[in-house]
Amino acid sequence: MKVLVPIKRVIDYNVKVRVKADNSGVELNNVKMSMNPFDEIAVEEAIKLKEVGKVTEIVVVSIGPDKAADVMRTAMAMGADRGILVKTDAALDLGGVEPLAVAKTLKALVDKESPDFVIMGKQSIDDDSNQTGQMLAALLGWAQGTFASKVVLGDGKVDVTREVDGGLETVSLKLPAVITTDLRLNEPRYVKLPDIMKAKKKELEEITPEDLDVDYTPRLTVVSVSEPPVRSGGVKVASVDELIDKLKNEAKVI
Amino acid sequence: MPVLVIAQHNNSTINPATLNTVTAARKIDADVHVLVAGSDNQAAADAAAKIHGVKKVIKVDAPELEKRLAENHAPVIAANADGYSHILAPATTFGKNVMPRVAALLDTQQISDIIDVIDGDTFKRPIYGGQAIAEVKSSDSQKVITVRPTAFDAVDADGGSAEASDGAASGDAGLSSFVGLEASESDRPDLSSAKIVVSGGRGFGSKENFAMIEALADKLGAAIGASRAAVDSGYVPNDYQVGQTGKVVAPELYIAVGISGAIQHLAGMKDSKVIVAINKDEEAPIFSIADYGLVADLFDAVPELTDKL
Repeated sequence: MKVLVPIKRVIDYNVKVRVKADNSGVELNNVKMSMNPFDEIAVEEAIKLKEVGKVTEIVVVSIGPDKAADVMRTAMAMGADRGILVKTDAALDLGGVEPLAVAKTLKALVDKESPDFVIMGKQSIDDDSNQTGQMLAALLGWAQGTFASKVVLGDGKVDVTREVDGGLETVSLKLPAVITTDLRLNEPRYVKLPDIMKAKKKELEEITPEDLDVDYTPRLTVVSVSEPPVRSGGVKVASVDELIDKLKNEAKVI
Repeated sequence: MPVLVIAQHNNSTINPATLNTVTAARKIDADVHVLVAGSDNQAAADAAAKIHGVKKVIKVDAPELEKRLAENHAPVIAANADGYSHILAPATTFGKNVMPRVAALLDTQQISDIIDVIDGDTFKRPIYGGQAIAEVKSSDSQKVITVRPTAFDAVDADGGSAEASDGAASGDAGLSSFVGLEASESDRPDLSSAKIVVSGGRGFGSKENFAMIEALADKLGAAIGASRAAVDSGYVPNDYQVGQTGKVVAPELYIAVGISGAIQHLAGMKDSKVIVAINKDEEAPIFSIADYGLVADLFDAVPELTDKL
């Protein structure tokens, strides 16, 4: 089976994000960028399925500037076979290209590459939209298995266990399907230096949104970006007794 | 133009997050209708008709809608969305799963997880795990929106008397089927809507030790939450996780025990009214947002607190 894995380069999840002084976005200068953590989990799952012989080819896709190639090389060092970079200069600090346009781009690539399924992160940790996988499934008329914590590939179908509000839900989906990953699906491997060297030789095709006939004109305008309200630092209490007293008599919450 | 709220329900009762979503909808337009798509769902439709401020309830009753399969629900929502300027659902795992599929069918760019309504086109939503707030303006003629329940008060579940009507079903897409739900059994209040939440982190060290928090939660009538570290370590099931990618909670009182306070966890609880932190590391970031901090060994403090309450 062939699998398509869309990935995104985002501000590293350990970075404290700073809002720009003019409230137009967030600061990207000298900020560490990495592969979106949920996408790393998607790449890992695809590689695991290849290691057990269920998947034969892993194609990673990214939409972004030249620099997006960095995370694609990381994915190839982990074990992806080749990459397709859709180049765009869309502003990155607010999440880059909008989810609907990303989904349309991916649909065009699915039409071209004919994968048996797509596996991708449930959300990117920049704009936190959590939309693209579901939108792609809709545009393709495919089934969707979102927030996956377990994926079992069968014959013409895939069983996906999903992290939902009430517990763990399992659905059976007809293939081809779109799967989006949650945190506990797997633990992505670390890449080794020799693999990074090898990854540099793997094929990385560059195309443009125009090649796929997709319009990146935004539907949403960002009016402003601001800091969230700051909580004023509280007090330290010396004992459990003092804590109970404060909660009863000052905060009046118990 | 009227706005449409997609009810979250289990065919017999309405999930409370729907009530918060109605509040957000009423900030856009007073003419709020509710779609209740399910199977054998008359009871849920009746309950929706009683929600304060709802003018009309559209019931769609079809066997393929019994479970919340996005492949079957999205076409029904899209087909019944004609004539509505806005279609809203709670940003729960139900809404997050189905609404983007609806948005794509309607060719509209969804606005996720709104925390404020500025006007019919303009909304506020958190980005970067709540580290920044973006005000976005939509140019789409029809808007698909998910609503962060904790950011809006719930309307009264009673007092309304909405007009009842039936909507069209779309048939079984034949793409997916429900296999099973491994539900987390609990007699405690629902984490998302509890007045008091007691959360534990890695500091407990083991699943056995984590049980200590249950006694405290029982004493307070609280729901139990957890940090990602506690969930990953297997102390509690996944749906206990509070944070950027887990549940967002905003109770009257949030007690964080043995939680250091990673940005991702704070994103899920920093809108709580009163925050208490108990941690033995006085440098732990959780103290910077806690109203009351107690630097103490949780193995001493938690039993003492449970005893004295």
